Amino acid sequence: MSIPSQDNAINAGSLTRILIYTLLIFFVIYYLLPLWVMVSNSLKTLDEIRGGDMLAPPKDITFEPWRQAWSQTQIGVEATGLKPYFFNSIIMVVPAVFLSTFLGALNGYVMTKWEFPGVNLIFGLMLLACFIPFQIVLIPMARILGMLGLAGTLGGLIMVHTVYGLGFTTLFFRNYYAAFPTELVRAAQIDGASFFQVFWRILIPSSGPIIVVTIIWQFTNVWNDFLFGASFSSYDSTPITVALNNLVNSSTGVKEYNVHFAGAILTALPTLIVYIVSGRYFVRGLMAGAVKG
Amino acid sequence: MRDRLQEWVPRIVLAPSFVAILIFVYGFILYTGWLSMTNSRMLPNNDFVGLANYTKLFGLKHWSIALTNLAIFGTLYIVICSCLGLFLAILLDQQIRSEGFIRTVYLYPMAISFIVTGVAWKWFLDPGIGLENTMHQWGWESFQFNWIKDREMAIYTIVIAAVWQSSGYVMAMFLAGLRGVDNEIIKAAQVDGASGVLIYRRIIIPMMRPVFLSAFVVLTHLAIKSYDLVVAMTGGGPGRATEVPATFMYSYTFTRNQMGVGASSAIIMLIMVFSIVVPYLYSEIRHGEKNK
Repeated sequence: MSIPSQDNAINAGSLTRILIYTLLIFFVIYYLLPLWVMVSNSLKTLDEIRGGDMLAPPKDITFEPWRQAWSQTQIGVEATGLKPYFFNSIIMVVPAVFLSTFLGALNGYVMTKWEFPGVNLIFGLMLLACFIPFQIVLIPMARILGMLGLAGTLGGLIMVHTVYGLGFTTLFFRNYYAAFPTELVRAAQIDGASFFQVFWRILIPSSGPIIVVTIIWQFTNVWNDFLFGASFSSYDSTPITVALNNLVNSSTGVKEYNVHFAGAILTALPTLIVYIVSGRYFVRGLMAGAVKG
Repeated sequence: MRDRLQEWVPRIVLAPSFVAILIFVYGFILYTGWLSMTNSRMLPNNDFVGLANYTKLFGLKHWSIALTNLAIFGTLYIVICSCLGLFLAILLDQQIRSEGFIRTVYLYPMAISFIVTGVAWKWFLDPGIGLENTMHQWGWESFQFNWIKDREMAIYTIVIAAVWQSSGYVMAMFLAGLRGVDNEIIKAAQVDGASGVLIYRRIIIPMMRPVFLSAFVVLTHLAIKSYDLVVAMTGGGPGRATEVPATFMYSYTFTRNQMGVGASSAIIMLIMVFSIVVPYLYSEIRHGEKNK
């Protein structure tokens, strides 16, 4: 290799390169396999799945399992399909993501541009809160939701997800605003700009990337949540992850694998689409969530 | 007057979040801690019983099964994810064509719910319709893979699915680390005649120590918290074979009406997570301050 490279690529013969590519392709197949199994079997009839080869493509494609999963299959006591639960999840996710992102931005702004004694301690407490096993809050949360009259409602779930999202959203914005030139903020203040004017006119217009990162992070986490949904939702506020689990693990009736797979894809679709459209920001969120400080 | 007000605005803005975290995280931890020392059953009560629930907890067979499973699952999950993640990152760091596409494929499982992952692997590993049956169709009649129905082996199927879900994440962490390695060091080693493998083994991989640490912390706390995947794949079964602390806590608290014991198991989980995370965050923050 004569061209100096930015990477640390080893000098390698073509045989090694072939081996590397073979391994990489092998793992591409490995990661795609479950997705392939889900898609292909969601388009098969039940007889075909029972009789045959799970890895094979469908012989006669049928969209019936998708129709079933979306609007007809029995979940719990009612044969509604996943549709109402899908909308429950959307009604839950949108305000929870919006609120926690907005509060996170404000907190990050205060913590970096308006420091006051004790602010670092508050940040430390919020950061640690990101990692608690949520089992620790289930019992008191159930009580509080009951006392507030929010037990089993989407409002309750929105509150829960907003509160437990705050740690990460604050972390994201704090680290982002820490790199934002404080001189600009001071200059605007001298010109008479108030706390909120600085926030809306100076910080927010240049926060595009971190807002996207935070929204994607929160959207993925809240949509994919199962524990809170299973603990605090009732019959008409169940999110889709819980409904999917009820569908697949219900002990009654025939196991309709094709409907289960279609339902699983329906559940995964919103976050998958977000990931495919804006994977770069998703990865940034993951990295920010792992490497602190 | 205006200035005085301006001085208070930041505190007032931060207050709701701070109060929320104080109550909903730390207040709740204290309350659960208190409950773990009462004989609460179906509903919380305030009859103090000291550490009786903890004594009872560690005498329960279920709990020791849950801890054993967590140890098996956690160890394999952390080790395999780290090794696979590092391996894939090194492969991807060899100026690979269409690296972006491959990276996207390796990482997409992180975007989907553990419940979805659980459903996919549950049926794929099901001996009746999944892999075993498929192999029989392909003509390998003697092929057997019924771990998910086997009490001894079921916990390993959880490892398989969890590794599938998280290894791409670890790969991305290592890839970011590899991209940060100073090229000059590599060149110097090459000039000295060191082979590629040797450079990785002796220079680059040792430099990945901070990434190993981050990956370890992230994976450990994910392992201790894992609940969804177990519920979706095996529901803690067959029997109690794949019970983990998170499923234990849930069933003792909400279905077996032993809230005091459930609360004490939650406290143990919290202690496990904090004993890993607190020193890590502390050192990260101190490190961050020093670099300012």
